[in-house]
Amino acid sequence: MRPDDEAELAEAIRAAKGQVTVRGGGTRAVGLESCAVLETGGLTGVELYEPGALTLVVRAGTSVAEVERVLAGERQRLAFEVPDMRGLLARDGVSTIGGVVAANASGPRRVQVGACRDSLLGVRFVDGAGTVIKNGGRVMKNVTGYDLVKLMAGSWGTLGVLSEVSLKVQAVPEAEATLICEGLDAWGAVAALAAAMGSPFDVSGAAWTPAGGALVRVEGLAGSVAYRAGELLKRLGPGWDVVEGAALWRGIRDVTAFAGREGAVWRVAVKPSDAPDVLAALAPVLRDVVMDWAGGLLWLLVDDGAAVRQAIRGGHATRVRGLGDGSAFPPEAPVVARLTAGLRAKFDPRGILNQGVMG
Amino acid sequence: MDMPLPDPSILSRKARIVARLRAVLPADAVIDAEAEVRVYECDALSAYRCPPMVAVLPRTTAEVSAVLRVCWEEGVPVVPRGSGTSLAGGALPTADCVILGVARMNAVLETDYDNRYIRVQSGRTNLSVTGAVEAEGFFYAPDPSSQLACAIAGNIAMNSGGAHCLKYGVTTNNLLGVTLVQMDGTVLEIGGPWADAGGLDLLGVVCGSEGQLGVVTEAWLRILPKPEGARPVLMGFDSNEVAGACVADIIKAGILPVAIEFMDRMLIRVCEDFAHAGYPDCEALLIVEVEGSAAEIDEQLALIKAIAVRHNPVALIEAVDEGQAKRIWLGRKSAFSAIGKISDYMCLDGTIPVSSLPYVLRRIGEMSAEFGLAVGNVFHAGDGNMHPLILYDANKPGDLETCERFGAEVLKLCVEVGGCLTGEHGVGIEKRDLMGVQFTPEDMEAQMRVKDVFDPAWLLNPAKVFPLDVTAVRRAG
Repeated sequence: MRPDDEAELAEAIRAAKGQVTVRGGGTRAVGLESCAVLETGGLTGVELYEPGALTLVVRAGTSVAEVERVLAGERQRLAFEVPDMRGLLARDGVSTIGGVVAANASGPRRVQVGACRDSLLGVRFVDGAGTVIKNGGRVMKNVTGYDLVKLMAGSWGTLGVLSEVSLKVQAVPEAEATLICEGLDAWGAVAALAAAMGSPFDVSGAAWTPAGGALVRVEGLAGSVAYRAGELLKRLGPGWDVVEGAALWRGIRDVTAFAGREGAVWRVAVKPSDAPDVLAALAPVLRDVVMDWAGGLLWLLVDDGAAVRQAIRGGHATRVRGLGDGSAFPPEAPVVARLTAGLRAKFDPRGILNQGVMG
Repeated sequence: MDMPLPDPSILSRKARIVARLRAVLPADAVIDAEAEVRVYECDALSAYRCPPMVAVLPRTTAEVSAVLRVCWEEGVPVVPRGSGTSLAGGALPTADCVILGVARMNAVLETDYDNRYIRVQSGRTNLSVTGAVEAEGFFYAPDPSSQLACAIAGNIAMNSGGAHCLKYGVTTNNLLGVTLVQMDGTVLEIGGPWADAGGLDLLGVVCGSEGQLGVVTEAWLRILPKPEGARPVLMGFDSNEVAGACVADIIKAGILPVAIEFMDRMLIRVCEDFAHAGYPDCEALLIVEVEGSAAEIDEQLALIKAIAVRHNPVALIEAVDEGQAKRIWLGRKSAFSAIGKISDYMCLDGTIPVSSLPYVLRRIGEMSAEFGLAVGNVFHAGDGNMHPLILYDANKPGDLETCERFGAEVLKLCVEVGGCLTGEHGVGIEKRDLMGVQFTPEDMEAQMRVKDVFDPAWLLNPAKVFPLDVTAVRRAG
């Protein structure tokens, strides 16, 4: 099934006789392989773009590349740095903006501007009964009714199929500077990144890898970037240098260090200061790590994922590549799981959308 | 404004319900004397009043849970209340309800500067959250104008904004987690001091649900390092169109001020008379504020002033010192008091796409003539959040009703141009009956399903947000 507009999408869902796997660009392996596939790639096009209001409304199947091309024409971009997981997951395909929203996929700039969900102003979607629903809108401040926009972000197609998303965008800054310090261990890195994040210098990236060292990024007007980079160098102490950053941040964003290597990949969200302890606890099975969000996000390449969830005291862990070791999505406390199941039953009463995803 | 009739079967059980509440709460936490419950008869939308049956003031999550369990078993509606500053009637009681006030729950539970969060009880006031962390150089970003009084609980319920959300976002963008008590007394934690949800973003839908999904008793809030400094510049223009175009050009240029405030001629004059801030005599005024070190501020303001000059401003005044910065803001911040001094007024809260600003202001002017009521406009111009102030005379029969009809037309206009009914105040009872202007029955049904899951008996703040006829079957149980 590959509908060309929202009405066809609604009709396809209404007509569905059994399980449906929703697929944007197919860059992530989501949902059952052995059932009908509903592709959103036919729902394309920019509905509205107002650079002076920092707003873009676009149909959900539009490719991220097309969205970025349109925005670049006005020197604007998506604030949340869309990751490209194709190398990591060994998948082909073309990311769609709807898929990105459904996964709430967000890159290093999350520490400054928030996640994809924080840039999302409005949605249109078709629920599991085939009903078209809109929520939110195209303005930045909107508290009219419940915020289903946030609920749809990161719902992985389990509550409905997105047909249109409305996003807040940002101007491409005039300048960027990246600071690097090699030779820090996880404890040293998390301490340094916390110092940078706790400064008034508006850091837009804070990451670490064992091989590459710690990275801190500032962006903005040229004079301001030079000033803040200088102040951060003073504050962070010896061992820090300024480096060309674009490729390094792409590497963090896309977790390129793990591409093509053996092992299971886990994505772990923790309190940043817990990160070094988690890594220490997992040392026997840990092959490599990419730390982002000042320690709040750990990408782990492990031989054996069984220990990952046991190693974290608060937060959550998702298995993004490799099999085994329990459910891919984090198990929820029983009372939360009841609410989740209740919402899925309300929005998808026949239980046909992306079954097996999200627990 | 209609509210549901009180349920006689609940009123008849008042003594038993009060006794059961007293059994689970300290003696001073249950208020049922008629004279005393009157304190809770309204919030800041004071045109509408109704004393509750009982008010309770618990001090802990466990006490909140016990109260809700009793009310759930007795089938009594519960109206949660923070500080009672809602402009939308979010905390308006019904005669058969229990008001659950969180004002006594105001402790700081944890501060963590390395991980940049604070955990507080939800009755703590917005400004005192910043107060708890400012000695270490941090602040809590959302700053509704009632921030001295309003509680975090209400901020979360209404997803409150403020003047600085252009850069820092609203409550939902600064909320990391909550402890939530469901109507049946179940206590759960959603989120915490880490990023994003592991499963569905329940936190995202709890924030802004106007106390209809559960009672938030504790919250993890993101705190930010304070910028080194801030400075406003004031610009006057001889038309709303030009001021609007200037705003769009500033944003398009890639500069992100922390605030862009707009005032029209009427507000400029009223505020100047009240605050003597030195505002120019002109059609439209912008206050643009940027943050950073002195040099960074200079860099940003140079660009902003260059853009302003292209639009032929009639005045362009940069604050040269702290005193002048304060005076520039004083006028804007006294806008509501200044208007309040000359007239009764109703404050609207619609949001519009910034590009529609000139059209919407022109239409509001025309409506002002049609309805025969004066109106002034203040506006968070960067994000399109309007606050038209409609003047009326509370002592003149029919004037409030005319004002409300005028207000409804303005909000319909906001939706018509692609905006929404409310940008930061919430729906409450005030905009409840206009929800059908913005949403289809299916859109509202989808929202109400969420309440069905969280509060199947529809006992939490049940007569708010959705039109009464739309919720009638659900409320009847």
